[in-house]
Amino acid sequence: MLDQIRSIIADLFGIPLEQVLAETSPDTVDQWDSIQHLNLVLALEHAFNLQFTPEEMEQMLSVELIAALVEEKCVALEES
Amino acid sequence: MMRSKEQSELRAEIGAAIERKQYAAAQAGLEVLWSGAASPVLAPYVTSSYGRIAPHLHLTPFRLAILRSYAVEPLIPVLRAAAYAHRIDLKVTAGGYNSYVQEILDTTNPVYREPNNAIFLSLQAADVVPELWDGYADLDSGDVNRIVARTQDDFTSWVKTLRASTAAHIVLQTLEIPATSACGELDHQSPTSQAEALFRINQHIRSIAAATPGVHVLDYGALVARYGRENWHDPHKWASINMPFRAERLTAVAEAWMRIVCPLAGRTAKVLVTDLDNTLWHGVVGEEGIDGIQAGKSHPGCAYRAVQRALLDCSRRGVLLAICSKNNRDDVLPVFDRHPDMVLRMEHFSADRMNWNPKPDNLREIAAELNLGMDSLVFLDDNPAERKRVRLECPEVTVIELPDDPMEYARLVRDCPQLQRLSVSGEDRDRKNLYQVQRQRAEMERQAQTVEDYYRQLAQEVELQPAASATLSRVAQLTQKTNQFNLTTRRYSEQEIKLLAEDPAVDVYAARVTDRFGDNGITAVMITRTSEATCEIDTFLLSCRIISRTVETALLAHLVEQCRARGIRLLRGWFLPTAKNAPAADFYRAHGFTPGDGNGSGVLWTLDVTSASIQCPPWIQLRTAVPEVTHA
Repeated sequence: MLDQIRSIIADLFGIPLEQVLAETSPDTVDQWDSIQHLNLVLALEHAFNLQFTPEEMEQMLSVELIAALVEEKCVALEES
Repeated sequence: MMRSKEQSELRAEIGAAIERKQYAAAQAGLEVLWSGAASPVLAPYVTSSYGRIAPHLHLTPFRLAILRSYAVEPLIPVLRAAAYAHRIDLKVTAGGYNSYVQEILDTTNPVYREPNNAIFLSLQAADVVPELWDGYADLDSGDVNRIVARTQDDFTSWVKTLRASTAAHIVLQTLEIPATSACGELDHQSPTSQAEALFRINQHIRSIAAATPGVHVLDYGALVARYGRENWHDPHKWASINMPFRAERLTAVAEAWMRIVCPLAGRTAKVLVTDLDNTLWHGVVGEEGIDGIQAGKSHPGCAYRAVQRALLDCSRRGVLLAICSKNNRDDVLPVFDRHPDMVLRMEHFSADRMNWNPKPDNLREIAAELNLGMDSLVFLDDNPAERKRVRLECPEVTVIELPDDPMEYARLVRDCPQLQRLSVSGEDRDRKNLYQVQRQRAEMERQAQTVEDYYRQLAQEVELQPAASATLSRVAQLTQKTNQFNLTTRRYSEQEIKLLAEDPAVDVYAARVTDRFGDNGITAVMITRTSEATCEIDTFLLSCRIISRTVETALLAHLVEQCRARGIRLLRGWFLPTAKNAPAADFYRAHGFTPGDGNGSGVLWTLDVTSASIQCPPWIQLRTAVPEVTHA
């Protein structure tokens, strides 16, 4: 799952996969502005078939945090 | 949907093709990838890959401006990727968020200054008529009628201003209907329901579009309904960022826009070339015989019957049908002749190749026989290997990607953007007959002793008339679609043609050509602009149906005569070469024009009409309905 998230981020921001690390965040990637953040949210929603709430969208501040959130939501979906 | 393993293999192939500068292979891979796995996730990869190879591909540039009431930003990258996959290099600009009214009314707005090809007015019902969307239960029938009338008037005046301020195509969207109605089941018991009120507004939007040149409708309400209203919205996204659909619907919206953008950009195909076994019927006729194949109403024939019906529907809007199949012709003809399941008959096809030659060769022959370019073809075949070969060897041909389940085939044919038409002229409806007659002409040409004998036997009559309201749309269509005998290849929208026809310094002529086989319809256009003692040919084109029949000489003879009558001494015109207009390259030289200096994109040719001698060929009868106008 982490790898899939990393490759989505690499494609979206046009950066090499190996530069997408757990701590990669809007502060370390110039292209990661508010519109691209939105595109990232939508790409993740599409890839993992889930929907984020506005609060969750604000928490997605690094690759690590995103992966944890996606994991949590996918588990919740499976249990429901 | 393509599996992720297939996707990564295909991406590796695309990357390798780009590295090796195999652009047709890279384009083929990207088109297959997008058709099987389109998503907002894939869009940035597809767009950046096309960005690397775009200069080597034949892409049609298109500028689109969006006036909108909602967050359209997430849609833009998906639109661009989808457009690339349909061979359009799309530039998109969006107006300010929910400021469409000011932008329409402010005629100094950049949207009017930029050379946009189309302006989409993309509005959500919740924004345009919040009273009908959210507050419907508060209203009485007088309120409802007032709100509906006000909204109808708003659309009328917006379109009026837009139409007066830009020559771009204008696309309106219908309004969707809420998933749950404000009055519950009570709503449906009433003749003035919430759904009905929105329906009246939508009907009005359609009637404005029908009455205004260059205005088209995207049925957004129908698009939402197709996926289900409950499955369309994401209330969180609407509340937080004003995006009116889920992430997974972005590609559906983008593809729906492409079905409008492709015809507006001229990215349409004239011929649908189809395979037979397991594409038009279930089974292989050469192996199982005529009784072994199925295309009836029950499984498994029904999927194929639906394909036949979809093809017939395409032909009704002017798309020609042709067959390209590895088969013995003698095995196939009885199927069309007497198999009870057939919706299609041989008479529906304008050309056929049933043999064992490679399909790319057969496709080239079909294009040559119909006198069309390869980019006029769409190819339909259930066999992925045949599709891949055609993609690689005939990169101009549009190939419809098909999934494993034949039940999906008909929908994919119906959704193909290159097969869409936004208007259908009488010529389009008769196109199939026209091409059959074309074959008889070719037969006569073969039998004639000399080419002049052939011209005489053809007994052509050319009726020249100034473009009028009934012919504007056909004239615009010819400027957009004619590639071969076209001296300048200037593309005009219906609205632009209307403005030219109204300009006193400009003459727009439409020519109807008939011969002993019947009426070819309006098949030639001339646009000239007169200033003082010079008449400049802006556009001079002939449809491929009437090329090589000396019609161009008859038309030019008329222009020369017209110039003399008006006291004009010089007739001049540019020849602007393109990849396709070689058939017109010698036109000016052959008629005694003198070449001037080129400007890099073409050469300006001049004729002194006082000394020129250009006669209408004796085998053409030229009739004119052009009034003698004297220009001030």
